[in-house]
Amino acid sequence: MWSWVGHRITGVVIFVFLLVHVLDTSLVRVSPEAYTAVIGAYKNPIMGLGEAALVAAIVFHAFNGLRIIAIDFWKKGPKYQRQMLWTVLIAWVVVMVPFLIRHLTIVFSNFFGGH
Amino acid sequence: MSPIETAETAPEPASKIELPAHVGGGGEIPTFDVTLRVRRYNPEYSEESTWEDFSMTMYGTDRVLDALHKVKWEQDGSLSFRRSCAHGVCGSDAMRINGRNRLACKTLLKDLDTSKPITVEPIKGLPVEKDLIVDMEPFFQSFREVMPFLVNRGHEPAKERLQSAEQRERFDDTTKCILCAACTSSCPVFWTDGQYFGPAAIVNAHRFIFDSRDDAGDMRLEILNDKEGVWRCRTTFNCTEACPRGIQVTQAIAEVKQAILARQV
Repeated sequence: MWSWVGHRITGVVIFVFLLVHVLDTSLVRVSPEAYTAVIGAYKNPIMGLGEAALVAAIVFHAFNGLRIIAIDFWKKGPKYQRQMLWTVLIAWVVVMVPFLIRHLTIVFSNFFGGH
Repeated sequence: MSPIETAETAPEPASKIELPAHVGGGGEIPTFDVTLRVRRYNPEYSEESTWEDFSMTMYGTDRVLDALHKVKWEQDGSLSFRRSCAHGVCGSDAMRINGRNRLACKTLLKDLDTSKPITVEPIKGLPVEKDLIVDMEPFFQSFREVMPFLVNRGHEPAKERLQSAEQRERFDDTTKCILCAACTSSCPVFWTDGQYFGPAAIVNAHRFIFDSRDDAGDMRLEILNDKEGVWRCRTTFNCTEACPRGIQVTQAIAEVKQAILARQV
């Protein structure tokens, strides 16, 4: 059940992001300066952490989505759902660890190092 | 009385008489103290349900149902719960024990953590009538809607309707259902949407849809190809984990989903 709860929560998180994303991207039609100003406002460590959380949500949602498709359409899917859930979690860690190392290095070196 | 007694000649031991310890060969059965934390509800007194603790000494061979009996018979006769066969066949005593749906008659106290109070609640998603008794009517309504009986349009045969072992095997798993509602009342979709047919109704539809002797499979698929039918299932696997008969419920639902898709292509 908790994989389903996680899938729901990450789904809502991704939806909220997409809503904001469509709005800020459409600003470029209003004026490129406004767009640049808004995007510039994202360049701080808090948004950097938010981006990390967003990627974490998307990666989980993507892998677990593949698992759910397998449960629905692969004959042995329901039988192996638990093993597939572990695969999802391991794949999530494998993707997130290198990403977080690189992403957080960039976020915090920009803020503290002032490149 | 002759010194040698056989099973045929020995009189039945009178009930309610404690047999001496050497009879039956069993040693001393270990005892332990347990606290049962029961969700009480009595609409005649209060609209609010409350927790009530009962402490007692139980044996290692006792089940949660025995503890409930001990409460009802020795401590508080107003405690209400359903049970009938008490051997995991009739499906009357499904309840939420330590947060999981199980049959009280199949759950041994020693398998639970007896250092903490054991919580016993009515199953969720169905209206509570009193204490652990819920109104099962919405559950049986869904069950009836899937036509859980053999429909055969051929001539009535003079003897049995024959079936190969493979044909019987196809729906063997879903014949095991005892309609205890542990699956349906463990489903988070059913908790929030009482209109959903629920796992048990789909399991019992599956039992006939994949029966080679049955002719109404298409009708049942049509009934379940509904907004509140199989498509409500979000594959949380709670039902499969709750089933006291070990039915692969989510698997059965997935097979019905696939049957609906295959039929429409």
